[in-house]
Amino acid sequence: MQLKFSPEEEAFRDELRAIFAKVPEEIRRRSEAGQMNFPEDLVTTTRVLNEHGVAVPGWPKEWGGRDWTPIQSHIYREEMSLMHVPEPLAFNASMIGPVIAQFASQEMKERFLPKTANLDIWWCQGFSEPEAGSDLASLKTRAVRDGDHYIVNGQKTWTTLGQFADWIFCLVRTDPEVKKQAGISMLLFPMDTPGVELRPIQLIDGGFEVNEVFFNDVRVPVENLVGKENEGWTQAKFLLGNERSGIARIGYTKTKLAKAKELAREITTASGGTLLEDPLFAARLAELENDLLALEMTQLRVAASSADGKPNPASSLLKLRGSQLQQDAMELLADIAGADSLPVAGLDASADNGTAEIAAPEWAQLSVPTYLNYRKVSIYGGSSEVQRQIIDKAVLGL
Amino acid sequence: MDFELSDEQTMLRDTVREVLTRKYDVETLRKVTDTELGWDKGVWKSLADIGILGLTFPEDDGGMGAGPVEFTSVMTEIGRALAPEPYLDAVLVPGSLVAATADHDTRAELLGGLASGELLMAFAHLEAGDRWPGAKVATTATDGKLTGTKVLVGHGDCADKLVVSARTDDGVGLFLVDANADGVTRTPYRTHDRRRGAQIEFADAAAVRLGSGDAAQVIADAEVGIQTALCAEAVGAMERALDLTVEYLKTRKQFGVTLSHFQTLTQRAADMYTQLELARSMSLYATTALSDGICDPTIASRAKLQICRSGRAIGQEAVQMHGGIGMTAEYPVGHYLSRLTAISHTLGDAADHVSVLARTVGDHEMVMVG
Repeated sequence: MQLKFSPEEEAFRDELRAIFAKVPEEIRRRSEAGQMNFPEDLVTTTRVLNEHGVAVPGWPKEWGGRDWTPIQSHIYREEMSLMHVPEPLAFNASMIGPVIAQFASQEMKERFLPKTANLDIWWCQGFSEPEAGSDLASLKTRAVRDGDHYIVNGQKTWTTLGQFADWIFCLVRTDPEVKKQAGISMLLFPMDTPGVELRPIQLIDGGFEVNEVFFNDVRVPVENLVGKENEGWTQAKFLLGNERSGIARIGYTKTKLAKAKELAREITTASGGTLLEDPLFAARLAELENDLLALEMTQLRVAASSADGKPNPASSLLKLRGSQLQQDAMELLADIAGADSLPVAGLDASADNGTAEIAAPEWAQLSVPTYLNYRKVSIYGGSSEVQRQIIDKAVLGL
Repeated sequence: MDFELSDEQTMLRDTVREVLTRKYDVETLRKVTDTELGWDKGVWKSLADIGILGLTFPEDDGGMGAGPVEFTSVMTEIGRALAPEPYLDAVLVPGSLVAATADHDTRAELLGGLASGELLMAFAHLEAGDRWPGAKVATTATDGKLTGTKVLVGHGDCADKLVVSARTDDGVGLFLVDANADGVTRTPYRTHDRRRGAQIEFADAAAVRLGSGDAAQVIADAEVGIQTALCAEAVGAMERALDLTVEYLKTRKQFGVTLSHFQTLTQRAADMYTQLELARSMSLYATTALSDGICDPTIASRAKLQICRSGRAIGQEAVQMHGGIGMTAEYPVGHYLSRLTAISHTLGDAADHVSVLARTVGDHEMVMVG
């Protein structure tokens, strides 16, 4: 047993730091403050990373992957967070890219993978439907073969950042007569195809990041089918397995706790000391740091033992606990802001959060919207309750 | 980074598991822990014969020169089996203090005795009113005689020799005392987790100093080792408490179906698993740090905090999910709750460790591993 990283791993960390430093500083600053400009900041970042060969390290080598060990991948994610580099768009890097590389024809790989890695195509995810949330396999969006095309009708929802998307990867029902998992296929099509309509959904933080997408007789060429017809559920499971790796976002939460500490050091309490010196506050922060350390050690254990790269059932634990700790950190920041978190913007309904021109600082104005927004993390990507069920089935045999 | 046992270490673990599981079911455990001694000399002999008792002592002193990875593996097995044998109290702790302080001849004699199983020792340190991390050490050493009272001496009832902390002209010293000497009075007791201990009063008891100079650092280092060992033991206990609970959910029927059909129970079982794995991770953190040569009380506190939190959650939930049967002494799960509670109250509970960590939370920007 050994706790230390090897000298090679430390050198690897230094190499990555040098690359991440090439991402423009103002983008990293905006990312830290939660004020990124979409889509351009992410596009610029992805191109810098791609130019240095680190945009899609998890892909097969011939398509830009790096064959890193799980520990190296951990260091990559960790350093990226610590340097406030925006994470590559998950829909491209961890979802559709690996699916195309695994299941699609050579022609489709050549057509899509380079552009997907470079964020020349911005993908969005067409999975959830109003009646198919945790029970994804019950999805109803229908695709009917008509000569060289599929005709798609139905509705998707929770389509994150769909407003910036060029293409959608979409689960559709191609055979309604068989067991629900067996009749699903995955189609790719541009968001500007006639019959595709996007409607934004405002979330409780006031922001717009998810959408409903409606399909009305959308004609999709048959060559845009990923792999084989009715193979979609296998592809979806493969994708969701990838989605959960790195979802604990430990490095990110670490930066938020560091931020909390920095802020608490500047705030004076009624007793005259700083908030950081307040025993109850310090205890809450210390316990959170420890909780995060325990999760990080768990992630390292999983990484160190899964050298074969197979998904580990412990990834459900990482998602479950990682969500809780992200939420705890956001709650802590909102509580540090206290009453200064009440104002969020000027009177214009379209004004961004954090823009009220008063003495309450911008970070405080953003703190509760962010806290509210982060209630999503225990719901998306398989809710906490679903993760517990996976643990029950896959680990405990219940 | 590597958190796996080597083949040799796996063999060691399996051997200890074999010895302990062959011996202990709950019935035997109750029978053995109801005797005056409270543990089994046959098991002790087996542990000595397979080299466990001398495992961590230097090879020069007749031991096997093994380290934290090995002794924590043993502790986890002790935790799993709830084995009452005093490996930690009677061998590991006094042995490490002797190894750190005594001269060559004394080491050879004492460590050799401990390794063979013929000698039992105990560390007499805590006094009335001590609360971790404080230890006032009001016992005094004057002209080779000790005077004072040590209240909570784990397995002090059966020890042949004692390592005793006492105040001297040059700080706190460690002393070797014959437990049966004149001026030593022992009042033995049983603990709620069926272990043994003694309050020991020294009235001008003859003592030989171990090493010289202030022993505060030696004691502090020993405490890091003890915390690390207790964390590993707790992981074994939590593992079994969860196993028993899962097994019960799969077999116990109510309303015509097994309890595993009720999500209100299975969702909580998943949380128990999460708590177990977090505890295991932090136990490994403490073990690997120590094994890498980092003897750091902060790391020990970090591990112990998680162990205390997980231990409470798992122990309580295990009993609750068993229902009435979990309350009975005839069934093992309650004994695990008792042991986990005892571990959490040894060398600081969760609140104590949060308090320690909170005091230094402003000293670092973030916690880094490795």
